[in-house]
Amino acid sequence: MSVQHTLVKTADSDATEAVRRSSVFVYEAPVRAWHWINAALILVLIVSGYLIASPLPTLSGEASDHYQMGYIRFAHFAAAQLFIVAFVYRVYRGIVGNEHARQLFYVPFWRPRYWYEALYELSWYLFIVKNPKKYVGHNPLANLAMVVLFTLLTLFMIATGGALYAQGAGLDSWWTKLFGWVFLIWPNSQQVHTLHHLGMWLMVIFVILHVYAAIREDIMSRQTMLSAIITGDRYFRDDDP
Amino acid sequence: MAAVETFYDVIRRQGITRRSFTKFCSLTAASLGLGAGGPATLAHAFETKPRVPVIWMHGLECTCCSESFIRSAHPLVKDVILSMISLDYDDTIMAAAGFQADAILKETREKHAGQYILAVEGNPPLAEDGMFCIDGGRPFVEKLKEMASGAQAVVAWGSCASWGCVQAAKPNPTHAVPIDKVILDKPIIKVPGCPPIAEVMTGVVSYILTFGQLPELDRQGRPKMFYSQRIHDKCYRRPHFDAGQFVETWDDEGARKGYCLYKMGCKGPTTYNACSTVRWNNGVSFPIQSGHGCIGCSEDGFWDQGSFYDRLTTINHFGIERNADIVGGTAAAIVAGAVAIHAGVTAIRATVKKPEKTDA
Ligand code: HEM
Ligand code: HEM
Ligand code: SF4
Ligand code: SF4
Repeated sequence: MSVQHTLVKTADSDATEAVRRSSVFVYEAPVRAWHWINAALILVLIVSGYLIASPLPTLSGEASDHYQMGYIRFAHFAAAQLFIVAFVYRVYRGIVGNEHARQLFYVPFWRPRYWYEALYELSWYLFIVKNPKKYVGHNPLANLAMVVLFTLLTLFMIATGGALYAQGAGLDSWWTKLFGWVFLIWPNSQQVHTLHHLGMWLMVIFVILHVYAAIREDIMSRQTMLSAIITGDRYFRDDDP
Repeated sequence: MAAVETFYDVIRRQGITRRSFTKFCSLTAASLGLGAGGPATLAHAFETKPRVPVIWMHGLECTCCSESFIRSAHPLVKDVILSMISLDYDDTIMAAAGFQADAILKETREKHAGQYILAVEGNPPLAEDGMFCIDGGRPFVEKLKEMASGAQAVVAWGSCASWGCVQAAKPNPTHAVPIDKVILDKPIIKVPGCPPIAEVMTGVVSYILTFGQLPELDRQGRPKMFYSQRIHDKCYRRPHFDAGQFVETWDDEGARKGYCLYKMGCKGPTTYNACSTVRWNNGVSFPIQSGHGCIGCSEDGFWDQGSFYDRLTTINHFGIERNADIVGGTAAAIVAGAVAIHAGVTAIRATVKKPEKTDA
């Protein structure tokens, strides 16, 4: 144990001490609300997106009898627009909110300590070290995963999805003004469809890892997880540093 | 070849009647969407403007653009436009040949410097100093650059000149490139398609000749009037798409009823062209109407996107050809499996470690 203990010094990558506190307030209500709304929207986007790519078995009869693809695409586009608005709002919270609200948008990669701690956290996941450290916000590894697999991926999905939407909205639409540049990178929109589609699978992978890690950390680590994103309070299970 | 000749002079000299000429103006004005005053504007321009010479060059190509062009739906359109063009230079269909033909190029370049329109079908291969396409005893790319230098504007006919098309498809042994890679200082209008629709071609030529400028272009250099919407946006099977009625296999019930070809890999949703509005062969039909999906022939790199029967691009980075679902789905399954194993190991170790944990 001793080796690990000497390593366990600071509470999070910002080196703020989190010791000797049994509970801290982490996520403000707007961030928590955003989390769950966002999670629901992403579920809708994944399901409807998948159905756009691989539609349900064909319906028979006259075209005027049904509007199935229409509804599925409507769900995708409606959720997508809310998703974009929610993300913009989340960026705003990152600016005005507390320090934990900012973690989603950067990794302190310039700090050697950050990488050291990320590696340490990885060792914890790989069963190499026995005790994880305490963190108020995201642990360093989660921070990296969030920024790369969530924030960057979200920006990518918004850019490619917005570009595809611009195709339907037309050349004069503001969608084209905002996202038309995507076609300068991938001139054939078939490639944009393919990448947007692959992005969905990355998002699925993020959700699997994230939900697993959240539940596992909640049970195994030295602080609670689920309470942090539900009520905002994080409890520490021991008083060790 | 008097320089002050107007289009109208030429047209009449070719034996086309005034009546036919007026008809042509109305037809073309309609296809260009010029509105009520359009035919008169066109007629006036043809009657008063000095004729702009057109030089039509051929690089690496299959000549399908020319084939399409000379089959313009309305014979009149073909006659009018062709009589204006063949007067100058088109090495495939003109009467002159050899030195005589080359002399025309030189003459046009000197007499009409900065005025003539250069239309290019096919594209230049750059490998081996351009030796894969020799025209008049020297590499086509040289001739192309030479003629482009004196042109007012350049028209890129078809997917070859616009994007590269089949000769530029991977692995592109001759290093064929679209013309905008070698002509850097002239306005270029791209009229992609393999081939482009005849009416689109004549429409574009008429516009440039009458107004003396290029029509409004989109970001990728295509004329907005014909390429601003996808096949899918104006497809007559679109109601079936929205309803969720698809052809599932060739010749099934849905195919007979004319359902949407999305599941058969129709590339209409990613293809900008006028097929679903203008159609082909005098507006008789177009691929989707005959029961086959669009293969995206007017899109950049359409040969390199994998199967014609897959809506998404084939991913070749994993050895065997895969599609996005196989790659993404497999990755997701591996991650899910890893998570399950990780959870198992965690649980086992937690049970084993219990005593230690309590005293920690
Ligand atoms: C589509 C599904 C989901 C997405 C896209 C998602 C995304 C995110 C993101 C981006 C954060 C970071 C929040 C921030 O820094 O502001 C986060 C945090 C969190 N999420 Fe989710 N989430 C999803 C579903 C879930 C579910 C189902 C659970 C519960 C089992 C969950 C539990 C948590 C927890 C506990 C945190 C806080 C982690 C920490 O304190 O380090 N999430 N989630
Ligand atoms: C997490 C976010 C998202 C996921 C997982 C997702 C997923 C998907 C999937 C799988 C497809 C089918 C692609 C194909 O095979 O052709 C798709 C299509 C599409 N998505 Fe998204 N998407 C997301 C966000 C967005 C956003 C933000 C927009 C912006 C408006 C958007 C707009 C579109 C459009 C326009 C299509 C094409 C629909 C069609 O061709 O009929 N998506 N999406
Ligand atoms: S047949 Fe092709 S272009 Fe027509 S609606 Fe279906 S997918 Fe779109
Ligand atoms: S339907 Fe598609 S593949 Fe066929 S000619 Fe038109 S653009 Fe080309």
